[in-house]
Amino acid sequence: MKITVGLVARAGTSWANKTGSWRTGIVPKFLRQKCNACDLCALACPDGCIYGEAAKDYHADMEFCKGCGICAKVCPVKDIVMEPEVR
Amino acid sequence: MARRFLQGFRAIGEAAALCRPQVVSAYPITPQTGIIEELALMVADGSLQAEYVNVESEHSAASVVLGASATGVRVYSATTSQGLLLMTEVLYNIAGLRLPVVMTCVNRAVSAPINIWNDQQDSVTLRDAGILQLYAETNQEGVDLLIQAYRIAEDHRVLLPVMVCMDGYILPHAYEPVDIPTQEQVDSYLPAFKPVYRLDPADPVTMGALAEPDKYLEARYMLHKGMDASLGVIQEAAAKFKAEFGRNSGGLVEAYRMDDADVALVTMGSLAATLKEAVDELRTEGKKVGVVRIISFRPFPTQAVRQAMAKASRVVVIEKAISLGSEGPLALDMKAAFYGVTRPPTIESCVAGLGGRDIPVETIKRLLDQRSPASPHFVDLRTDLELEGVETRRRITSLPRVTRRAPAAASRLARALYSAPRGATS
Repeated sequence: MKITVGLVARAGTSWANKTGSWRTGIVPKFLRQKCNACDLCALACPDGCIYGEAAKDYHADMEFCKGCGICAKVCPVKDIVMEPEVR
Repeated sequence: MARRFLQGFRAIGEAAALCRPQVVSAYPITPQTGIIEELALMVADGSLQAEYVNVESEHSAASVVLGASATGVRVYSATTSQGLLLMTEVLYNIAGLRLPVVMTCVNRAVSAPINIWNDQQDSVTLRDAGILQLYAETNQEGVDLLIQAYRIAEDHRVLLPVMVCMDGYILPHAYEPVDIPTQEQVDSYLPAFKPVYRLDPADPVTMGALAEPDKYLEARYMLHKGMDASLGVIQEAAAKFKAEFGRNSGGLVEAYRMDDADVALVTMGSLAATLKEAVDELRTEGKKVGVVRIISFRPFPTQAVRQAMAKASRVVVIEKAISLGSEGPLALDMKAAFYGVTRPPTIESCVAGLGGRDIPVETIKRLLDQRSPASPHFVDLRTDLELEGVETRRRITSLPRVTRRAPAAASRLARALYSAPRGATS
């Protein structure tokens, strides 16, 4: 492995470095009942790992989600709940 | 080349401009302000095509030149004293990111107590930051070293920041005849900066990526090797400068009348001029004394230092800085340089001229009369002052209370404001 001068790396290395194992032990559950695709959960996610196009297809990428619960907190229709992770 | 009578500020400003920096960012602070005023003027009147970024602090100035340098352009900044200390966090990053930022440090004492006059405590404090430090003796050398600094910093064997240090007031405030090279000469000496990596939205990279414990040591080793390599590059830059500009300037050390010298006076910066004068006088008295001026404090040129004083049995280091609780930083390096050498010289650490205290020739001559009584030896320490807490026989007491008669109106006001309310018990 090469260490570059000034530790320069190609952009996008965070895709290779999966950080989901740092998770706290709780995960978001998207209930998909009242979701109106407002996108607030995706915007608020500090890891940027929530994706969704239409109502009721929102989901978190578990290879990166840390279980912080911010998505559940900001959801205006309470359609996301945090629950213990079963591994 | 035109020899002109210039104030140091103007000379440094013109030299910086000749190096064609594309971004200049600095914050005004005495005694550096004159340099950046000159550059601001040149940008304003269009004679320097550069982005001049006004900032709210030296931390921001250093951050601006960091970012600009990372995009692959040449940059310049200047500061001193508290400003340099405020830049410090960013300067460590600039070194770690291997960005060839060049700056001038106009040397000034650091607070507290506040003092705006010259010593070298500010730059010497950045000893371990991974910044090359070159000390000028004259304004001419400040100009020449600045031009050389870009060549050294941008060399792919080095890729480290360079700080040219000039004694505050003694140099940039002073008017001296200075040769300002032509643009053609500087362009020929200084090729365009070719970065190895640069920030570019079309081809994004991360600079200074996280290094966990399994790689950080290697990254620091790489920095150290860059410093090592710069020893040779500094000499090459000085040799090429001599060939193209026709004068000796820069290099690692300067030896003055050292060929047969038993005693070597060692210093950095403008003080060397005083030492040379003292040496000239002592030589007429038949004393075999010489001066070794350290130009490159970082990297420290151990081999060149040993070579410069091969015949000396006594080395007196006179420096304008102290590593509090130890000795003079330069003296420490000198001692390290001679460790393990057979029959090394005695090395004395003399701290002098702090906060702008004058160092006259007589002081230097007196220093040589006898071995320094202490290490570090504070040169010309006043004996007519009572230094509270220093003399162990005396107990530290608070300052005597100053009593004076206040004008009637003021004392009535004070009574009304601060006296206990009626009826209160105390």
